[in-house]
Amino acid sequence: MICQECQKRSATVHFTKIINGEKMEVHLCEQCAHEKGNIIMFNNSSGLSINNLLAGLFNFNPNIEHTHSNAIHPNEIIQCDTCGMTLQQFLKIGRFGCASCYDAFQDQVTPILKRLHGGNWKHIGKIPERSGGTIHLRKKIDILKETLQSLVAKEEFEKAAEVRDEIRAYEKQLQEGGE
Amino acid sequence: MSIERFLNQTVSPWMNAEGPESDIILTSRIRLARNLKNFMFPTLGTQEEAKKVLDKFKQMIPLINLYPLKDAELLMMEELQPLHKQVLVEKHLISPNLAEQSPQGACLLSQDEVISIMVNEEDHIRIQCIFSGLQLEEALNLANAVDDQLEQHLDYAFSEVRGYLTSCPTNVGTGLRASVMMHLPGLVMTQQMKQLIPSINQLGFVVRGIYGEGSEALGNIFQISNQITLGKSEQDIILDLKNVVEQIVQQERSARESIVKTAGIQLEDKVWRSLGILKNSRIIESKEAAKCLSDVRLGIDIGYIENISRNILNELMILTQPGFLQQYAGGPLRPFERDVRRATLIRERLLLENNS
Ligand SMILES: [Zn+2]
Ligand SMILES: [Zn+2]
Repeated sequence: MICQECQKRSATVHFTKIINGEKMEVHLCEQCAHEKGNIIMFNNSSGLSINNLLAGLFNFNPNIEHTHSNAIHPNEIIQCDTCGMTLQQFLKIGRFGCASCYDAFQDQVTPILKRLHGGNWKHIGKIPERSGGTIHLRKKIDILKETLQSLVAKEEFEKAAEVRDEIRAYEKQLQEGGE
Repeated sequence: MSIERFLNQTVSPWMNAEGPESDIILTSRIRLARNLKNFMFPTLGTQEEAKKVLDKFKQMIPLINLYPLKDAELLMMEELQPLHKQVLVEKHLISPNLAEQSPQGACLLSQDEVISIMVNEEDHIRIQCIFSGLQLEEALNLANAVDDQLEQHLDYAFSEVRGYLTSCPTNVGTGLRASVMMHLPGLVMTQQMKQLIPSINQLGFVVRGIYGEGSEALGNIFQISNQITLGKSEQDIILDLKNVVEQIVQQERSARESIVKTAGIQLEDKVWRSLGILKNSRIIESKEAAKCLSDVRLGIDIGYIENISRNILNELMILTQPGFLQQYAGGPLRPFERDVRRATLIRERLLLENNS
């Protein structure tokens, strides 16, 4: 049997990949298997565990298959400076080491999150009162700006002026650093 | 300092068959996952880090100003006997993960057992609220109130883009897992459950049996929960779950109706036989007990059985778990001894019903 990846060497590594419950047989040569590295979980038949889900996601990323733009070079180590976790480790255990990992592995995390959360990658929802910092304020301004636009479109200039003043007040607050 | 109270009080208030749709929906549960800024997630953190997180949490407890958490009790996992932890797991008050492998794990439990805040589980903090029947909004509101209290004193790991940062990417964003526990004997009997599960999955919800291993659902009890936690608001998540659950409730009701119509006498026979087994057996395995309890509960809901309370299923499903049985026996039991004990306990419980 010939390696699926390079189509040259003979395949010596055989395993089953499970993506969303769908089994897929993979046959690779030693070298290609190694290049795919830790991101492949071997023959885990238990189905939808987060680990093989992640592994599956990562392997399945079309960017990797075609352009290699997101692929990890075998000698390249992406590591979180805060906790020391490597991208390979993360993909293996399926858990982040710390909050900074989300930034450290940002490029790889976005497609994973999209797959896990129905295409979503951005938070919509609760914002903590304190830790949220100026987010509340900025969200408020965004909403007011939309209101302003629709008021202008409806030529309700008097109301629009009020909203504009409100926006200015909030923006001033924002410049002064929240609160 | 009374772990005993939580152990002996077998029936948490939320176990009572009350609340909307409580003939089919046993409980609604909300869980919020939160982490502290500047600390490694528990999965990677050291004992020392975990200790610091726990200390921060402990310092915060007296500052909480929320009536439902008044006189809440902090249970340290290290101080509990394995059997006691097992009982708390069986009551759904703590997770198996917290009980078994969480260094510096702890749980702050409200008096009525509605709120449970786990510390140093997979995430630093997991807030859980359980209500009986279909009460997702109520549970979310309470969980949010608890969350707001904690956030006043603890610095959360939060990012504008990703939301609440969690140890596992499946929880990031809202950190919200909403689950509804349902009793679905009609759909199982009419073999509709198997077809239903994939379509529920397609909507982004997960179905699993709450007791029993793998796909097997002991006592026909299933848990439906949201999979997506990111890119949807908390309100939308529970609204969508509620919609799905209400549809399942409708289908369960019509399944029950059609069984009663087409095979009423067979169903009645099945129900009464099961009650006979529960009332008379001297040895009963958990699987058989669960099946019979499910039948009897169905019989009560349909109206075949009148003088037994609906709580029987909710209560005895938990009471007859291995941990509870051993807690009652006052020590470890071999599987056979458990089966004997289980049979006794069920008989005694049913006797109690008839006298009241
Ligand atoms: Zn190859
Ligand atoms: Zn990190």
